[in-house]
Amino acid sequence: MTDPAAVAHDEAYRIEGPAPTLSEPRRVWQLARVLAATDWKVRFFGSALGYVWSLLRPLLLFGILYLVFSEIVGLGDEVVAYPIQLLSAMMLYFFFSEVTGGALTSLVDRQSLVRKIGFPRMVVPLSVGMIGVLNLALNALVLVVFVALQQVEPRWTWLLVPIPVALVALFALGAGLMLSALYVRFRDVRPVWDVATQALFYATPILYPAERIIDESQTLASLAMVNPLAALIQTTRHWLLGPGVPSAVETAGSWGFLLIPAAIFVAVIAGGFWLFERTAPVAAEQL
Amino acid sequence: MPPDLALRASGVSKAFQLPQERVHTLKERVLHPTRGRTYERLQALGDATFDIPRGEFFGIVGRNGSGKSTLMKCLAGVYRADGGEIYARGRIAPFIELGVGFNPELTARDNVMINAVMLGLTRQQALERYDDIIAFAELEEFQDLVLKNYSSGMQVRLAFAVMVHVDADILLIDEVLAVGDAAFQQKCHDALNAAREAGRTILLVTHDMDQVERFCDRAMLLDHGTMVAIGPAREVARKYMQLNFASPEDVETVPELPAGTVGDGTATIVDAWYQDAIGTRSGALPQGESCALVMRVQFDAPAEKPAFGFTLRDDSRRRVLSVTSEWDETQAADYEAGDLVDVWVSFDNWFTPGRYFLSAHVTRPGGNGDALAMREDVSSMIVTGARSGGGVVDVPHAFGHRLAARAGERIGT
Repeated sequence: MTDPAAVAHDEAYRIEGPAPTLSEPRRVWQLARVLAATDWKVRFFGSALGYVWSLLRPLLLFGILYLVFSEIVGLGDEVVAYPIQLLSAMMLYFFFSEVTGGALTSLVDRQSLVRKIGFPRMVVPLSVGMIGVLNLALNALVLVVFVALQQVEPRWTWLLVPIPVALVALFALGAGLMLSALYVRFRDVRPVWDVATQALFYATPILYPAERIIDESQTLASLAMVNPLAALIQTTRHWLLGPGVPSAVETAGSWGFLLIPAAIFVAVIAGGFWLFERTAPVAAEQL
Repeated sequence: MPPDLALRASGVSKAFQLPQERVHTLKERVLHPTRGRTYERLQALGDATFDIPRGEFFGIVGRNGSGKSTLMKCLAGVYRADGGEIYARGRIAPFIELGVGFNPELTARDNVMINAVMLGLTRQQALERYDDIIAFAELEEFQDLVLKNYSSGMQVRLAFAVMVHVDADILLIDEVLAVGDAAFQQKCHDALNAAREAGRTILLVTHDMDQVERFCDRAMLLDHGTMVAIGPAREVARKYMQLNFASPEDVETVPELPAGTVGDGTATIVDAWYQDAIGTRSGALPQGESCALVMRVQFDAPAEKPAFGFTLRDDSRRRVLSVTSEWDETQAADYEAGDLVDVWVSFDNWFTPGRYFLSAHVTRPGGNGDALAMREDVSSMIVTGARSGGGVVDVPHAFGHRLAARAGERIGT
């Protein structure tokens, strides 16, 4: 489908309503970038520290959680580099919840545009994803500092870390597309998702390391890995810290078991794109 | 699509499903799986078929809820039409529901950037044109103000400024010229004229028939989602007036002349006519002689110092004369219910020979007062005269000539 604002001046084309995606990725990219840039600005409008908050907030949260669960509850005892495990998992989880939560309301938040211009709708949730990635990159700087402070031994698997991170981003986008499409019609998707992300926080090995669940029960550890986010976070930790931290396969118990989160991963992304593709063209009249 | 067309719509239709009870929550869905399925189908637009040549200024008129905005949104690609096909050539810039989609939380600067890029500029181009856009909107002092602090007039100015600066080939404009002060309206008119000169195609949705007659080459009249007329702007404008004020069952059956009296019931224009120099009612007036336009008004309710006005239009619907008693306080008077009054205006008839149509109106005093009564094209007259220079008026004139130099006598030859 063609975007009526992006054609050449002499090009004839058919107008078929708003496109969910676009054949012209450059334009989608540019539109999403402009939206993301202004959103970024608005977010810190009137705050003295500005984007420093996007570093400070997760850092303070991390400080609290670390203090409570490592020093008081003692979850970190006899675990390899617990602060790094906690911080890396938190970063990925917050990224996921920020992108999905932001994407959820994005079409509705942007309705002034959606109701008046026939631009490719994918731009809207995509801009939310961009901001999430930017935040994640800033947080990664903090992680680098901690990795240096903890004197973690460098290893070649660090080069692989971007893979699970990119997959988390893709997963978040798929879920975000699905949620944003649903939210246009059903406004109670939002409280449901608020609760669901809370549940996800405790269901995912973030506060507690995977080693602890394996010690507790292998069945429980396998169950935890059903969640694709958990499997990806565990993989990130493993590649970051080495064999001392169990990989997703070791936690799940077998390779075959990981087919379940893989299937969920694919289903969420495919379902998200499919639903968005169906809903986006009629979003303007349902808002 | 033929190369000389900017837009082609064939059989475009759009219906909305309006649930009797809108299902907004999953709980309602679960508890009442059948409720909310009873949709009321609103056919907002049905079978719209038309071609718009490149460079045309095309008006879309119709009453509220007649499907104008739905059509515009289908053309802009905001809605997906249920049936039919729309083809376009060139870039489209929409200006729908008084705007291009501003975010009230952002500054004018950010909004302009977003919308300029949305409407087809690259970021670089948007940056380059930003100053022009702000200057056009005359909002230099307010450019870093968050938009929610703007007045609605200022927002419309900004939106219009963005739209005319994005190089679109086709402009879709929904009701803009009604907003803004007189100076900005003039600026909009100038911008639209410039766009038209530059060969852009413009679609204008409006309720103002003067605009339709002034700007549009052709126009289309929509009623209840159906096209009831398409053709020369003047004819469509007249159909609209009939539809709007006479509310007939079927527009097509309404006779062309005379249009009915409209107003709020305070007064009725019983008649209006032309008089020649000696006060005889006449349909043919010789050019150069004194004449008068007269209306007879019946008051059905008391009226305080109403203003009486006459408008003369020529064959091509140009307003050649528009006068009102508003400024002549010696003629202001109060009337009781039941009063019958004749009002006239006399002048020397210097109109160019041709046919003229007389409209009369009675309004409340004060600026654009509400119409107490109005009657379009009550009667027509012919100005007779031997000579016609082709202008609208032939003001008394005299030629002169003087030979500056005889051939062969010029200095230096």
